[in-house]
Amino acid sequence: MTATPNMDFVNDIIANGGESVNMCYQCGTCTASCPSGRQTSFRTRRLVRMAQLGMKDETINSDELWFCTTCYSCTERCPRDVAIVDIIVAMRNLAVASGKMFEGHKKTAQSLIKNGHTVPINDEVKAQRKALGLAEVPPTVLANKDAKKDFDKIMKATGFKKIIGE
Amino acid sequence: MAKAKYAFFLGCIAPLRYPGIEKSTRDVCSALGIDLVDFNDASCCPAPGVIRSFDRKTWIAAAARNLALAEKAGVDILTICNGCYGSLFDAAHELHEDAELLKEVNTILAEIGLEYKGGTTVRHFAEVIYNDVGLDKVKKAIKNPLDLKVATFYGCHFLKPSDIKKLDDPENPSMLDKMVEATGATSMYRKDKMMCCGAGGGLRSEFSDYAMKFTEENLKNMKDGGAEVIVDICPFCHLQFDRGQKELKGYSMPVLHLSQLYALAMGMDKKELGLDAHLTPVKL
Repeated sequence: MTATPNMDFVNDIIANGGESVNMCYQCGTCTASCPSGRQTSFRTRRLVRMAQLGMKDETINSDELWFCTTCYSCTERCPRDVAIVDIIVAMRNLAVASGKMFEGHKKTAQSLIKNGHTVPINDEVKAQRKALGLAEVPPTVLANKDAKKDFDKIMKATGFKKIIGE
Repeated sequence: MAKAKYAFFLGCIAPLRYPGIEKSTRDVCSALGIDLVDFNDASCCPAPGVIRSFDRKTWIAAAARNLALAEKAGVDILTICNGCYGSLFDAAHELHEDAELLKEVNTILAEIGLEYKGGTTVRHFAEVIYNDVGLDKVKKAIKNPLDLKVATFYGCHFLKPSDIKKLDDPENPSMLDKMVEATGATSMYRKDKMMCCGAGGGLRSEFSDYAMKFTEENLKNMKDGGAEVIVDICPFCHLQFDRGQKELKGYSMPVLHLSQLYALAMGMDKKELGLDAHLTPVKL
């Protein structure tokens, strides 16, 4: 694979929580510890190396960037204390900021904006809640319009709708 | 200083997909003297794997709103989900460590007349029982000892990152096993016990076939280890195993949240556990 080193990308990763990216010395403990690497083409060490080399296009456009479940096995075992999950999250943020977002993820983000929760309420669960003697609608922003308005203001202030391409 | 009263942080999956977890938690906390108050202005934590992956600033601002509301109410937060625990605990930690970030987040919170001063402690139901209530008190409350072979499922964000959570050994923990065995049940050894369920990080919502590979490997190890029931402390792991088994063939292992296991062992009515919301039948 050929690539043009993009040092702005490395600096963006550092500025977005991936301060430890240059500490990695490529030992591969992360890849060996990764449950996703056992099931998929995801290779943690490779992704961190690509981050160090500023391979923006190759990382933010890859499906593999999203194969990490954020289980922290790699971070726990890293002998250099590299916050690998934070680096992956930083690259994901930069991918989304570049307009790269999967439909399933967009749906979750849209639900957060609409409901204040990542999944919507439905009639089935309302009935189940009622049968258990719980409030039909949970006591959260779902049942509290003023609190939902405040939540909406936070979303507006961070520009989340725009970030996810809405 | 820990406060004796907690804002009960429901999150999303428990109240909206497995309300029996919410109900059991309320009942078990009441029986063990843990004082819960409704947190009726709370939103999603927001989810650490997905929302944080999309935009860190939105994630921490919305988390800070939840933290600030609890602080204003003068209570700490009690969660029943590793995702909520992970998000709120990690966000509180970051805001505590980074004065610049706290300042930036507070300019956003100012839009709704809130300020977070850094005074909220985030707790998980399981560790409150283990650390504060104690297993002696749990054992005294058991009215219906359970003769079950259990696969304990810690999940990821309960113990990790362990440098800030400081609850137990992240590679070889024992607290959940001890909590389960306090009911009379036996925690069964298995291969690769700390492997992720596969649901997190947006894997389930976009690449569910891959998430299911994690789930199947876990189920195989649980079955091989002789377990007959899964006990989790996270509604998202719970959902992944409960719904996952319906999609896979050859597995039918009931899935219980620790709160439901405790409710059962403390002699509460089985109908109160909300088991009809489970897709994998719970016949105990």
